[in-house]
Amino acid sequence: MARDMSDIDILKMELEQLKKEVSTPREPVSKTSKETMDWCEAASGTDLLITGVPDDKNPYKPEKGGCIIT
Amino acid sequence: MCDQTFLAITFGPCDSCSENRPLMNLYIKTEPINYCSLCMEIMACQGLASGETLKSLKAESETLRKKLEEERKKLHDVELEKVAEKAEALGELNMKTRRTLKGHGNKVLCMDWCKDKRRIVSSSQDGKVIVWDAFTTNKEHAVTMPTTWVMACAYAPSGCAIACGGLDNKCSVYPLSLDKDENLSAKKKSVAMHTNYLSGCTFTNSDMQILTSSGDGTSALWDVESGQLLQSFHGHSADVLTLDLAPSETGNTFVSGGSDKKANVWDLRSGQNVQSFDTHDSDINCVKYYPSGDAFASASDDSTCRLFDLRADREVSIYSKDSIIFGAASVDFSLSGRLLFAGYNDYTINVWDVLKGTRVAILFGHENRVSSLRVSPDGTAFCSGSWDNTLRIWA
Repeated sequence: MARDMSDIDILKMELEQLKKEVSTPREPVSKTSKETMDWCEAASGTDLLITGVPDDKNPYKPEKGGCIIT
Repeated sequence: MCDQTFLAITFGPCDSCSENRPLMNLYIKTEPINYCSLCMEIMACQGLASGETLKSLKAESETLRKKLEEERKKLHDVELEKVAEKAEALGELNMKTRRTLKGHGNKVLCMDWCKDKRRIVSSSQDGKVIVWDAFTTNKEHAVTMPTTWVMACAYAPSGCAIACGGLDNKCSVYPLSLDKDENLSAKKKSVAMHTNYLSGCTFTNSDMQILTSSGDGTSALWDVESGQLLQSFHGHSADVLTLDLAPSETGNTFVSGGSDKKANVWDLRSGQNVQSFDTHDSDINCVKYYPSGDAFASASDDSTCRLFDLRADREVSIYSKDSIIFGAASVDFSLSGRLLFAGYNDYTINVWDVLKGTRVAILFGHENRVSSLRVSPDGTAFCSGSWDNTLRIWA
């Protein structure tokens, strides 16, 4: 669809979009970074790829052979 | 043809093409416009409103873009890395290939996990879509699509159906039955119809709606049962290569990335493009939301991955190294969002510390490009699909 539009139409579309975007509410990076970091730290306890899983509980650790009985 | 003669009273630079030509004095709504005859013809053919030429639109676009830049700059008071200095450093990561899923006859293009955390659906260039059990590496279902290059596949939230599509410009849904011998192709349902290849598809929160992205530059939301188009999203000026739905707690938005180097955030209900980011230097191959829903990461052919914060409305981090020169094809976050796994065209997977911006590990194993990568729903492992015809599960 975008391929069939002439350059003028694409520019008009971009202009409309820019007008909307200039007015969106924004927050400073210091605030949002802090929030992202806090969220991450709070969730890190549950992140098994970081904390690791003991071999007997990890379904992938016994490599080949052996089936998992759940 | 009889000569068109007119008195050329003025000779000078034309308002639209800036060349020195005999000018035709024209008044549009009492505004004197001086165009040369060529531009006059062009204007007449294009039916433009007064004063709107390619040039003036471009100029207006530029000024708005500059204004947007300024607004965004004002809020850029600190770097994410600085804030993250307080975070604990990550320990040594010990990840290896735990399972290799072999069975595809050609390049694996896409894969998705089931919510039951053990099933995986993958699709490949040869038209086969296979459902695997990741724990045992058994193949549970296999479907042959009537098209090659199946670039998108997705598992339904209930685990009872899969959706896939590619060069056939459609997205088809196959209900999975427990009966292994049943011919899945018989129950196939064509849901989405685009005018170019299907690059991505995902179910929304239920089995009833599918969101698709296509090479025709649009994304669309469809009702599975009726095949009806519920909403379409226009805004990219080139192929849309990827999309990701926001995690359910944060609402009804999704982000899409395309060949026009832009990543756009859309509102599902209104179809509006609410935010746009264009700092990448090349095609964006993959976008993924941060688990909290307030940011998203993108992987691009310019060999970088970037993190964009939605509330600050700007890019906050770049994950790149001078030694990485191949494009990144796929990214995903670990459950907490601390790790970013990215698959590259140089056959490796790089693991980045999202907050500090440093690379934590490189994983080798694939013998060709890594085309897709997803972390399992419970975060115990992640799976990567590659052009070497295999999928690997890392834990």
